[in-house]
Amino acid sequence: MALDVAWAVDWVRESARTVVEHRDELVELDRQIGDGDHGENLKRGFTAVVGKLDALAEPPAAVGDVLKLVATTLMSTVGGAAGPLYGTAYLRAAKATAVPALDPAGVVALVEAALDGVVARGKATTGEKTMVDAWSPAAEAAAASAAAGGDPVAVLTAAAHAAAEGADSTVPLVATKGRASYLGERSAGHLDPGARSTQLLLEAAVVAAGRAS
Amino acid sequence: MKKLINDPAQVVSETLDGFGAAHADVVAVHHDPDYVTRAGGAVSGKVGLVSGGGSGHEPLHAGFVGAGMLDAAVPGAVFTSPTPDQILPALQAADAGAGVLAIVKNYTGDVLNFETAVELAEAEDVAVRTVVVDDDVAVQDSLYTAGRRGVAGTVAVEKIAGAAAERGDDLDAVEAVARKVVANVRSMGVALTACTVPHAGKPSFDLPEDEIEIGIGIHGEPGRRRIPLASADEITELLLTPVVDDLGLASGEDVLLFVNGMGGTPASELYIVYRKARALLEERGVNVTRSLVGNYVTSLEMQGASVTVLRLDGELTTLWDAPVHTTALRW
Repeated sequence: MALDVAWAVDWVRESARTVVEHRDELVELDRQIGDGDHGENLKRGFTAVVGKLDALAEPPAAVGDVLKLVATTLMSTVGGAAGPLYGTAYLRAAKATAVPALDPAGVVALVEAALDGVVARGKATTGEKTMVDAWSPAAEAAAASAAAGGDPVAVLTAAAHAAAEGADSTVPLVATKGRASYLGERSAGHLDPGARSTQLLLEAAVVAAGRAS
Repeated sequence: MKKLINDPAQVVSETLDGFGAAHADVVAVHHDPDYVTRAGGAVSGKVGLVSGGGSGHEPLHAGFVGAGMLDAAVPGAVFTSPTPDQILPALQAADAGAGVLAIVKNYTGDVLNFETAVELAEAEDVAVRTVVVDDDVAVQDSLYTAGRRGVAGTVAVEKIAGAAAERGDDLDAVEAVARKVVANVRSMGVALTACTVPHAGKPSFDLPEDEIEIGIGIHGEPGRRRIPLASADEITELLLTPVVDDLGLASGEDVLLFVNGMGGTPASELYIVYRKARALLEERGVNVTRSLVGNYVTSLEMQGASVTVLRLDGELTTLWDAPVHTTALRW
């Protein structure tokens, strides 16, 4: 089965729900190595996205239309580094998914485009203790799953699973990008909040896909 | 958490409402999106100056809007940079035909959001130049970090570039003098206590009673290292030495010495720090010809201070001395 616009809308609502649920955890992760606003900022952003979805007169025609709404809303409500980074990720993903429904290749294109957006805006690579450490393995796993003949849900699940492992892999790393980099060696031993929120958003996509199938 | 607030989500907008009402002769507050401009709007033919950043650093930046300094300021959520849709109308409002200089502190969020807003402004035919302030010597190596942070030295950049714009310098000249200040200003800070962001409800980092953080930024983030509490003189020397060394100050040079409070430290303690910093500079044969002491770039109720030194020449001294009429700085 393919992942359609209804799935994309459900993904957004599930993202908002999980961000609210994990708000305090993300604030605490960010407090340890940053300034403690990541959970609050994402909650503010996704709450605004849901508000805009509710206000739409007609449902969007393409998956990309939903993601574009997410992108512009996050850019104008989140602030900090997360606003531009996630905003750009969703904007690039929106361009790659301007279709009514995603086949396996479409899911790969979505995740790869999001990764490209984060890298382009943040100029980070893997190993720097950022959300790239979750997006990058997610993109690789999605491509591998599609090549092995996985259906869209399997591809998405592979991506989310790899993002979770990628997020965990940030714990021992010393940050060299973003706010945590100012801590130097003391940033080691903490889970990166951006990698964790990336994992949560991709897991929300899988939950929504489970409901769609 | 004990704070004089109503709803954590309304802190910034209620702050702006009070600020605008109290200082209607100097500033005008705009909502949806939130930004602050001079009461009379942009000055025809003058280069516009815009800055912004997270709230919680008051009086930075809105307190420096007014004649001789900024034309507009953009406050984000507490300790969170503003968004492009806030920055864009501020850039447009500050443009009176001579272009705009955006003064950005080197924090990842500030840089990314201003970058986006500047691209949007240029698409609307507003000529914008950007100067990134990175005066914090606590961050030693930009190879392994996001680069030096922009902290209290930002006040000097805004004041001096503001004076250049006010006297009629064109965009190239205002940008050049701003870059000159950035190249010659350095800061280092210390926190004695953490602060509490309203929506977080608990201190931004855990600091034992008998320890202090050396090399803090201004967003409540921890510093580079933690040391046992020491005397004011010892701490002042720890702050000033890397600043002077990084500037490569030589005997006979003139400087501005700026001791900035982080919000929770009384003026008396800031003057104790100033006294020692000045003595240390004079021991090196450096002439302190201009001074500033007070809470100008704060971190909510954090106890602590930063020491900023700006190398002065004739031009920078003249521009520093030029009249300024803002709510937080005026002479």
